[in-house]
Amino acid sequence: MENFHPFVLPFVLGAYALFAVCIYKFVRWIRQFDRFQRAVIRKNIFTRKFLPAVWEMFKECLLHLRITKKNWRLGYMHRSIAFGWFLLIVVGAIESRIGTPKNFHFWVAIFYRYFHQTPPETQTALIFTHIMDALLLYVLSGVTLALVKKIHSRILGMHRATKHTLMDNTIRISLWCIFPLRLLSESVSACLYHNGGFLTQTIGDLFSPYVAQILELPFWTLYSIALCLFFVLLPFSRYMHIFTEIFLIYFRKLGVKERVKMTGYTKFELSACSRCGMCIDRCPLYKDLGIMEVQSVYLLRNLRNLEHHKDIVEAGKNCLMCNQCAEDCPVDIDLMSIRRISRDKGELDTDGNYQYLHKVKAFNAIGRVAYFGGCMSQLTPAISSSMERIFQAVGQKYWYMDRDRSICCGRPLAQQGFNKQAAELRRKNTELIHSSGATALITSCPICYNAFKNEYQLSIPVYHHTEYLNHLLQTGKLKVNKSDLKVTYHDPCELGRGCGIYDEPRNVLQAVAVLMGTENDRENSLCCGMNLGNTVITLEQQMTIRDKALDNLTAPDPDVVVTACPMCKRAFQHGGTPVRVMDIAEVVANSTAKG
Amino acid sequence: MADFGFFLKKARTINLSHADMRKTEQLLNAVPSYKRCISCGGCTASCSARQFTDFNIRKAHLYFKRGQYDRLEEELQKCMLCGKCMLVCPRGVNLRSLIINMRQILSNTTEILA
Repeated sequence: MENFHPFVLPFVLGAYALFAVCIYKFVRWIRQFDRFQRAVIRKNIFTRKFLPAVWEMFKECLLHLRITKKNWRLGYMHRSIAFGWFLLIVVGAIESRIGTPKNFHFWVAIFYRYFHQTPPETQTALIFTHIMDALLLYVLSGVTLALVKKIHSRILGMHRATKHTLMDNTIRISLWCIFPLRLLSESVSACLYHNGGFLTQTIGDLFSPYVAQILELPFWTLYSIALCLFFVLLPFSRYMHIFTEIFLIYFRKLGVKERVKMTGYTKFELSACSRCGMCIDRCPLYKDLGIMEVQSVYLLRNLRNLEHHKDIVEAGKNCLMCNQCAEDCPVDIDLMSIRRISRDKGELDTDGNYQYLHKVKAFNAIGRVAYFGGCMSQLTPAISSSMERIFQAVGQKYWYMDRDRSICCGRPLAQQGFNKQAAELRRKNTELIHSSGATALITSCPICYNAFKNEYQLSIPVYHHTEYLNHLLQTGKLKVNKSDLKVTYHDPCELGRGCGIYDEPRNVLQAVAVLMGTENDRENSLCCGMNLGNTVITLEQQMTIRDKALDNLTAPDPDVVVTACPMCKRAFQHGGTPVRVMDIAEVVANSTAKG
Repeated sequence: MADFGFFLKKARTINLSHADMRKTEQLLNAVPSYKRCISCGGCTASCSARQFTDFNIRKAHLYFKRGQYDRLEEELQKCMLCGKCMLVCPRGVNLRSLIINMRQILSNTTEILA
């Protein structure tokens, strides 16, 4: 048989095995989609969402633009291996197709320099040879960086790299071996047949033909075996992300979202995690408390392998749900939803717990706005009384829903995996709000705001009070006096990273005071430590996280630290800082123009 | 007995040496901060569920500690887990974790994974 040698067998069998396992896994996961997700796919599959999906696949799977934006060195490393290898395959396929008029098999493209034992005859062939060498050099530069990262991750700007399992380390070694082995094999072939480019020919000329004759087959065989090992281990290791991410991007573009229970989509997300470890560095639990093995990368790994059942439960609970990792994730995995899935309480999540709420009746609030302070606002009455003053100042009639008795919005329950119980509270609040006839809902608590906005399906618009204040100032309904008070603003996790509200509070503050920037602003805002997501860490540990956040806020020496969350306010108030801590509503209410 | 318009309550004796304290120990292991509780009742005073019903979280965890589990499981289900009790607790007890753990121990369940 022409263009065949037994050494290609490991590669060929490995490639077949890889595709068989991948197809099996993908089909199985797709069958595990629930009916809502299927409905979304059916609705959107024949729409124009395909092209943007392909564009995003190209940008993220090959060019790794999101990582590059966060850290250009890591971005270069990932891009050189992914995009470089992709080009190596594509260009190699074209080159070998042109150079092999008959008896072409797909392995010829991979081992082209072995099967094509003549120097490049045409100008085109010569250019191809040089391009292939350049691409190989590009990939090798990435592999070198990966080695550097393994030895000292800080050179590449990573404080802490992921601790990998034995499987992940084994396959990584095989990946690292592939390209140097390819270089050596092509070089010895170049020595014998003079078919190399600027790189392989130069290295090949260093060998004596006699040595090259002996080394040729062993090198090509090792190259084939390294490829085989990589292919066979791939579906069971972190490198499964290479293929999974393509599908994940497509499904996400179609509009598929996580559900409260684990579905096939969750399996895609779990496997799309490349365990790059970018979620570790800025996790407050690691950064301030040194807690390891609870970050999203570890949770996803354990969930995927379903090993260490006890660890999954423990790691799942130990998270503030501050959304920082979801912000940093280069694959944009819905980490918070997966965290909630891992916390599913099963039988403990019972129905009909809140029957005592049945007798609560709605107020007739037709023509008014509903104001929901939230449970926490009851402990920080200055916020709600300031909001009441502002409502009165602009002549807005309102209904303070939870002045005396507050029904929780359900988000704290949902965060702990009590989905049925949270749904019961959501039903009750929805019923109250809809039957009251209120025209809009304004809430002071970002936790409630996130729930009302994203978890409820209310028929009326929902505003956080920062949005409402911004609206009042923009439309000129509320007149304020600008003072020379120096303030710094704390972005609450749930409002900023959770709902993407960064500009409204800043606009408001610029209208009433002098806003100073801090080192960790906007998406990089530090958690106040009191987030209800965590039930494991102690109050002392929460206080350590809070102190770090407070240091950041008081560093520019402001007169007042302003926040927009009753929980954050309470946390900072007790932080022992001489600087005053106020909610944005209080600052605005105090600077309302009189008369 | 003649009706004097009042009655004497039956003596309520709690003999802790006869109580089964294994569940209490389990709870204290899971939530060590509960050892600091001084039963001040701040949690009950701030409780959201308490505003609608006679749910008394201080009583609930005190009864649990003493090994009196009558109707406790249903009682604890009234909690909305809003976390106000934690913010007012002067001793830094992790009350939300305490409630979840009490419910888990009483119903003998753990988290399940799909």
